[in-house]
Amino acid sequence: MRPPSGLGYLGRKVVSALVGLCGVALAGFFLFRILPGDPARTVTRGRPVDAQQLAQLRHRFGTDQPLVVQFGAYVTRTFRGDLGRSYQYSAPVSALIVSHLAATVYLVGTATLISACLGSWLGARAAWRRGSLGDRVHSSLALTLWSVPTFWLGLMLIVVLAVGVGSVPGLFPTGGMRLPGVTGFVPVALDMLHHLVLPCATMVAVGYAQYLLIVRSCVLEEMSADYVTTARAKGIPEATVRWRHVLPNALLPAATLILVNFGGVVSGAVVVESVFSWPGLGSLFYEALTVPDLPLLHGLFVFFAASVILLNLVADLLYPMLDPRVRRP
Amino acid sequence: MLALRHLAAAATLLIAQFAPGRDASEASGPVIARQSDVLTVATTGTIDSLNPFLAQRVLPTEIHRLVYDFLTNYDAADYHPVPALATSWSASADKLVWTFTIRPGMTWSDGVKVTAADVAWTYNLIMTNADAATANGSFVANFKSVSAPNDSTLVIRLARPQATMLALDIPVVPRHVWRSHAAKIAEFGNDTSFPVVGNGPFILTDYKQGQYVELSANENYWRGPPRFSRLYFRQYKDADAAVQALRKGEVDFVSRLTAAQFDALQHDRHVVRNRSAGKSFYTLQINPGASATSGQRFGDGNPALRDIRVRQAIRYAIDPQTLVDKTLGGYGQVGEGYLPPIFAADHWNPAPGQGYRYDPVKAEQLLDAAGYRRGPDGTRRTPGGQPFSLRLNGLTQRAADALNAPYVAAWLKAIGINVITSIVDEGRLADVEAVGNFDLMFDAWLTNPDPDYVLAIQTCAVRPVTPGAAFPGDAFVCDPVYDRLYAQQLVEYNPTVRSQVIQRMQQRMYADAYVNVLYYPNVLEAYRGDVIGSMLKQPQPNGMYSGQDGYWSWWSAAPVARPDEAASNPAIAVGVVAGAVFLVTFAVVAVRRRRTSAEDRE
Repeated sequence: MRPPSGLGYLGRKVVSALVGLCGVALAGFFLFRILPGDPARTVTRGRPVDAQQLAQLRHRFGTDQPLVVQFGAYVTRTFRGDLGRSYQYSAPVSALIVSHLAATVYLVGTATLISACLGSWLGARAAWRRGSLGDRVHSSLALTLWSVPTFWLGLMLIVVLAVGVGSVPGLFPTGGMRLPGVTGFVPVALDMLHHLVLPCATMVAVGYAQYLLIVRSCVLEEMSADYVTTARAKGIPEATVRWRHVLPNALLPAATLILVNFGGVVSGAVVVESVFSWPGLGSLFYEALTVPDLPLLHGLFVFFAASVILLNLVADLLYPMLDPRVRRP
Repeated sequence: MLALRHLAAAATLLIAQFAPGRDASEASGPVIARQSDVLTVATTGTIDSLNPFLAQRVLPTEIHRLVYDFLTNYDAADYHPVPALATSWSASADKLVWTFTIRPGMTWSDGVKVTAADVAWTYNLIMTNADAATANGSFVANFKSVSAPNDSTLVIRLARPQATMLALDIPVVPRHVWRSHAAKIAEFGNDTSFPVVGNGPFILTDYKQGQYVELSANENYWRGPPRFSRLYFRQYKDADAAVQALRKGEVDFVSRLTAAQFDALQHDRHVVRNRSAGKSFYTLQINPGASATSGQRFGDGNPALRDIRVRQAIRYAIDPQTLVDKTLGGYGQVGEGYLPPIFAADHWNPAPGQGYRYDPVKAEQLLDAAGYRRGPDGTRRTPGGQPFSLRLNGLTQRAADALNAPYVAAWLKAIGINVITSIVDEGRLADVEAVGNFDLMFDAWLTNPDPDYVLAIQTCAVRPVTPGAAFPGDAFVCDPVYDRLYAQQLVEYNPTVRSQVIQRMQQRMYADAYVNVLYYPNVLEAYRGDVIGSMLKQPQPNGMYSGQDGYWSWWSAAPVARPDEAASNPAIAVGVVAGAVFLVTFAVVAVRRRRTSAEDRE
């Protein structure tokens, strides 16, 4: 069997990613049509609107057209790169995604990165000291936090660390991404960091366990491998065996997990975004579902799918570089 | 060690940035101190658009009330129409021509004079451009023409008399700014170029989507400038988090509190709570049998409900006081007439002893008389011999529905009616309602000072044109007598006589028992007493601050003088110090580990 040649391998992966994306884009149209409700009525709820206004809104939305016509318009528009206009925000979907993307990547990206680093580090240490008190405490704590409801943990952090308990003052903001009225690059950056702490801590607390457990089990597996015994027999210091020989091999599954999780970064974290009033894509998607704001739902769905497909593609392409064994027949 | 020194330097910078005791006005960093002239209102509302021609949600319409003056306003004391952009008005003898005199000397925030032509241009745009009619089209649907013969006179000609001419809640925009946006009004968000030109008590100066709206005091406002120089609406997605922000002092006002949140705040010494009668009413709708405007019937509503004795039996079987006590925690008022008592002029109550009361015995007597006898299993049988069963629908998004449903089901079960409860998503419920496939349904509406809209949704004309089509009405009720009264009040320009007609409409609706008002929830809100010294309520003396019809609360809000206003918030400094200590400790540990590893390697 020949090793996958560079361009052919790349081409096959890219084509399969594109086919997947087209399938998702087409399926997305029908998926959200299942949602009940009349968007024109939902967006005008509580307003003194008459039948003519409702009819005009349906006409503007295009929901007064037969489904086939709507599908045709959707396909033409989507493949031209136009994601349409949101029903409720009267703004281009692409602009809405862009305006919420930075907030989501800032929060979820940071939290994923910290979770991965913290989980991998603690997982490796736990494996090296398998069965020790530290191993048991770290593993149990991670699993406990993993099973805590995110919503509850977030609110507890707000009550204890944002509002303060007793004479202890609150240290962090209760929500939002920045304080109104703050100007200047450095003050805004510091203010945004200050706002990031609690939502990020919440996400890390409930998320790092998956990395800890995977790295721990992989390190344990690698530590019993023959090449480790050989390395030790050659007199290589224990720290070098662990850092240079065991860890790189043990981190391969974790690297895959990180890349796949990064694909999901853009879909945000609906619960954390809600508790901490974070203006990200997760809450935008939730708000779109309640209408239902079909163009926004379609746009976000395609965007989320494209991100996951793209990151999977990156993982596919990176894996042979990370692990030389994959390149061999 | 270099990395360690860098970290220490960064930590020092951070601490210096937030050091207590710095005067906020001199600080180059974030304004840590809460400035005494900044008012921050927490809101769980969302902004669909800041374009007043498109905005439908409550929050942007409230902001537009602060940014653009309307033709008239509602008095803070009792909601009667008072001058705003218009100083006076008159109607012709045939009731078809209204002439408004526009306030002299008013300017837009860019210095251009406000004239009647701005009002005429705004109204004409809504009348002629379907997209511009998105939000406020219903207000001008009866207009034949709007003109401005001179700068201070506005003339509106009507197709039919319209008693709601002093309740035109339409933001008037500057023609010289908006003219260039008219062609593509549906694509203009009015949220990219600040300050936004307006003529209300505040000027829209910034907006961060999903985060906050910044308004600055309009120093040239004709009624006088607001006392707070800046007003922020901070958006919270979670009401509990907003309450915590109030406790901490990050925000100064929260509204739409639940009973539990309101009670939990009673011991906070800096928090002042306010409980007001509300503008909304909560109903149990009974399906009269769905029909289109042509009279064609559709849906599968239980035909038993067309018998007034059955509807009245249901009404007698329900104890609204228990719902007020259990669901609202006591923060509400038992329902009677259709319009809430906060609108005292139009509210109607049955005479003492004449209204429905909780009386299961009478309910059973009515059902017996109607021919719905109990079967051997205790469940009543329809005249056709089938078990008498009704479906009860509610919304998941309205928490009260899920709480009230078990009570109503148990009360009806006690008089021999089986109830199948279904609390579903808004979209699904709308679909069920559109095709008329329901028996009982919880509903709630917010009332305006002019009740025309909530009265109109119960007329025959707002039923769907064809079976199953979406419609702006409420629940298919169609009573020709009610419709005649509705038409009568719409052309009655004498407020006292009009109120009398409106009360007769409510009396008829109450007797028919299709639309049963169970209660009027209170408005529960709270604010920081150490920030806000005073503000106007609406109505007075026991009204609300948030959700007013007008701008009275935020315009009148006066700050409390605080001698220590320059002091920084120690919490942030402590937080940053804690963060810095953590960073330094982490760096020390990391450096030591590297040294150990290096020694290992050696």
